[in-house]
Amino acid sequence: MEKIRIPVSRVEGHGLITLKLDDGGQVADAKFHVTEARGFERFCRGRTLWEMPGITARICGICPASHLLCSAKAGDAILAVRVPRAADKLRRLMNLGQYVQSHALSFFHLSAPDLLLGWDSDPAKRNVLGLAADAPELALEGIRLRAYGQEIIESLGGKRVHPAWAVPGGVRAPLAAEARDRLLAKLPAARRTAEEALALLEKQLPDWQEEAQVFGEFPSLFMSLVGPDNVWEHHDGLLRVVDEQRQPVAENIDPARYADYVGEAVEGWSYLKFPYWKEAGYPEGMYRVGALARLNCCDHMGTPLADEALGRFRALADGKAVTGSFHYHYARLIEIVASLERIESYLDDDELQSDRVRADAGINELEGVGVHEAPRGTLLHHYRVDEDGIIEWANLIVSTGHNNLAMNRTVEQIGRHYLSGKAVTEGLLNRLEGGIRAYDPCLSCSVHAAGQMPLTVRLEDEQGRVIDERGRR
Amino acid sequence: MITLEIAGRQVQAEPGQTILEAAESAGIHIPTLCNLKGLSPRGACRICLVEVTTWRGKLVPSCATSVEEGMKVVAHSARLRELRRTILELLFAERNHICAVCVSNGSCELQDLACELGMDHVRYPYRFPGLNMDASHGKYVVDHNRCVLCGRCVRACSEVEGAMTWGFSRRGVDTLVATDVGSPWVDSKTCTECGKCVEACPTGALLDKRTSVAEQEKDPEVLSQVTERRPRV
Repeated sequence: MEKIRIPVSRVEGHGLITLKLDDGGQVADAKFHVTEARGFERFCRGRTLWEMPGITARICGICPASHLLCSAKAGDAILAVRVPRAADKLRRLMNLGQYVQSHALSFFHLSAPDLLLGWDSDPAKRNVLGLAADAPELALEGIRLRAYGQEIIESLGGKRVHPAWAVPGGVRAPLAAEARDRLLAKLPAARRTAEEALALLEKQLPDWQEEAQVFGEFPSLFMSLVGPDNVWEHHDGLLRVVDEQRQPVAENIDPARYADYVGEAVEGWSYLKFPYWKEAGYPEGMYRVGALARLNCCDHMGTPLADEALGRFRALADGKAVTGSFHYHYARLIEIVASLERIESYLDDDELQSDRVRADAGINELEGVGVHEAPRGTLLHHYRVDEDGIIEWANLIVSTGHNNLAMNRTVEQIGRHYLSGKAVTEGLLNRLEGGIRAYDPCLSCSVHAAGQMPLTVRLEDEQGRVIDERGRR
Repeated sequence: MITLEIAGRQVQAEPGQTILEAAESAGIHIPTLCNLKGLSPRGACRICLVEVTTWRGKLVPSCATSVEEGMKVVAHSARLRELRRTILELLFAERNHICAVCVSNGSCELQDLACELGMDHVRYPYRFPGLNMDASHGKYVVDHNRCVLCGRCVRACSEVEGAMTWGFSRRGVDTLVATDVGSPWVDSKTCTECGKCVEACPTGALLDKRTSVAEQEKDPEVLSQVTERRPRV
């Protein structure tokens, strides 16, 4: 059997898709395997609570800030403190910077080449460099927008990747006045880029009808944190779950009680666990998290431009939940606009220069849960410590994991629609990847694993014999 | 005064001074780890090895070897560079030194040495021992994973503070620093909570409690400042 390997795939981590055919040559089953394992939950044991934000930030190089902030929140719970108000705002500012850089990476670097250059364009050019040749303005602005988000993270944490700035009880340092001025000066350009990209996507949406219908269009539950009055939330708040009608299935759930509601199934063919909504059972309790879920779960965005955009987004489904995973792209762009609006209000707030940013306390609880909305969805860090603050047990439920069932359903849907004959064509591979990419998954994060992602698609007959295989590395 | 030659230069030294002291006062740098001004020399780590040409090329720890009239000392050579680097690699391989998530990242003498000696990789298999942390004390933590057994904490505690809380337990590769013969730090009846051991520690093995990654700062010079201010009896 011949394996075809083509360089570079635009997802984080390692994955394999298996399409199983029945005797009639139709797709009978599809599986999205995550083929790496790392073991953070195990080797964190024996370390101090205070080291955990810095250690768990190392899970990922794309969203270290998310693990950092979530871990610090689990630490707050164990110290049993409320972080100083300035620290809460500073953490939120970092997370908004994280949204801008991560969503901009997803759209401009990873997905725009497919969307704007076409699924069947030359794979050697279907990347951010090809985009730069075709639409230099857009590509450059996208790169600058991502850099702006990273600059926010760097201004607070001292470095772009893996800052160890958030700690149990607060943060280590406020935002310097000089950094605030620099960020304010660059904000208008960032906002312009985000608003233009959103307008471009909205203009193109009618051209992507087929993708919207096939890339993960199915009913499911949606879960995210929401703030008071069900406002869009990214760092705190209570869990809300809605169904495809956007009717609440559960509301006002204290995230610390996640284990009462969310189960984690394990399958032998993937290192990534399968979280499910317990009440609905496995695998019926499929739910989605991330930008799409946050927009489906909230009632309003809380900032003017983002609220207008949410109105247009809602119209896609006549006010019900938007159930096509293709629209994660749309939701992420709305979230960039929302993040930049909120960043502006934080940069105008003098409290961010306050020195009162860290509550000092010892071990006051032996167990704590931190919940946070990472760009890719709800992130959970749950720790148990001994009397001295040494980690005895840790459980991490990472954003990409929540979407595991939905990603599997998506590859099945795409496989059924685009597979013809018994060969994995370039077009099929592209669309399967595109379907996965809509979730902007971080496979490294989800299994807390290391490495680059060569995605492989394998076609098997009923007896499990490999008919064809195609991949990139 | 004694006259000797270090690194090709004529150097004057007081009788009883060590080669390292003579080199330092002449502005000749020799890398060290277990040595700390204000504490007695120990010769535990062997990073400061030099070659004494007049002793038929014998290798000696410069921190613990007295000067001699007419002595010729090689402080830097390809052989010494290789030996120092080997010693350093063995120290890294022996325990779990993960700079990226260490409280002392950016403020660590072991890390500084790795940079100075150009240690870009370790040629020996890591042992990855599963050692514990003792975080029982209210102010300080000991993490044996990052200990290089230099004994600076032991000397600071006995020679400067006079508490004699710190000592060594077990033997050979299993050796651990220990408070009050191996009881948890919080139970120590001798510890005065002065923190000199934490300042003396060259790595992240001794740290202030509630310190996060790359947050621990050390000021080992505080030991010699204390001893120099102390009245001579």
